[in-house]
Amino acid sequence: MEDQRQWPLFEVFIRARGGLDHKHVGSLHAADPSMALDHARDLYTRRQEGVSIWVVPSKAIIASDPAETDSLFEPARDKIYRHPTFYVIPDEVKTL
Amino acid sequence: MKGAAETDAQALFRYVLRLGDLSLVLGQRLGEWVGHSPALEEDLGLANIALDLIGQARLLLSYAGEIEGRGRDEDQLAYLREQGAYFNAILAEQPNGDFGQTLVRQVLIDAFQLELYERMTDSMDARLAAIAAKSVKEVRYHLRYSSGWLVRLGDGTPESHQRVQTSLELLWPYTVELFAEDDVDRAMVDRGIAPRLSEVRAAWVERIEAILAEATLKRPADRPHAWHGKRGQHSEHLGYILAEMQYLQRAYPGARW
Repeated sequence: MEDQRQWPLFEVFIRARGGLDHKHVGSLHAADPSMALDHARDLYTRRQEGVSIWVVPSKAIIASDPAETDSLFEPARDKIYRHPTFYVIPDEVKTL
Repeated sequence: MKGAAETDAQALFRYVLRLGDLSLVLGQRLGEWVGHSPALEEDLGLANIALDLIGQARLLLSYAGEIEGRGRDEDQLAYLREQGAYFNAILAEQPNGDFGQTLVRQVLIDAFQLELYERMTDSMDARLAAIAAKSVKEVRYHLRYSSGWLVRLGDGTPESHQRVQTSLELLWPYTVELFAEDDVDRAMVDRGIAPRLSEVRAAWVERIEAILAEATLKRPADRPHAWHGKRGQHSEHLGYILAEMQYLQRAYPGARW
């Protein structure tokens, strides 16, 4: 049951600069989406952290179950051949 | 008889102090919310706006000090003037009241600063044009924040609606002073330094009416108001603000950190 006395929770994603992807930076409470955007701006971009903000209702996020960590992620551990370590990355590529 | 240049400088000095003091006093008022806001997020939101306003005040008071030419810097002007030497409109010094009352005051002043600064970016005074260009971006966000809240509260519960409508009735009469024109204002218009206040008012009214309509609030009737803050005659509230704001500099002259 959601606590009606609390504003709903939103997750905040910030794009640090053009060309980069949005990164999860934290969460906040707000009464509605536009307030969430204002709060995200006020809380998470005070030190010029970004040029773009996404806010997402936390309840819209579907998360994996920590109890299933073994079955979800263990099988990949011994398949190191999937790492593309044999590519040579050109110097010009800065943000891979 | 004074020289024309000296009179010009005095009018500009007074005008820049009016702008600077409006931001300074409002910023100080908003700062009182720090640690007391209804939510952590609003604490930061109001503090951000307060800091923007103090930043504007610093630029304006520094400039005022240079115009005056008596060696006073931003700190001396902010912290060491007597009450009668502050020239903000008294709307800025009105008490915070509840959160809604603070936001009503904020919307009224944000919209004023927005319409004023937008028209001042091409001022004949290059310094004021630059300060306006910087400030207009900040103020646009302030109004977005404050009007968003006014709409939520006005169009919210019966209690929130009633509270902000009452605050609006309380504060509306003070808005007259923002647009009351005197010799200083007219001198600024004549020299192409500032926009005509009647023009600012027309745009302000239009903007405010749109916000009030969305907030389902009623615009109070205009009443004549004897305005005095811009002439240095203040309500009782400014004295208390200054006592708190100036305490440190008065108790420890020249203190820095």
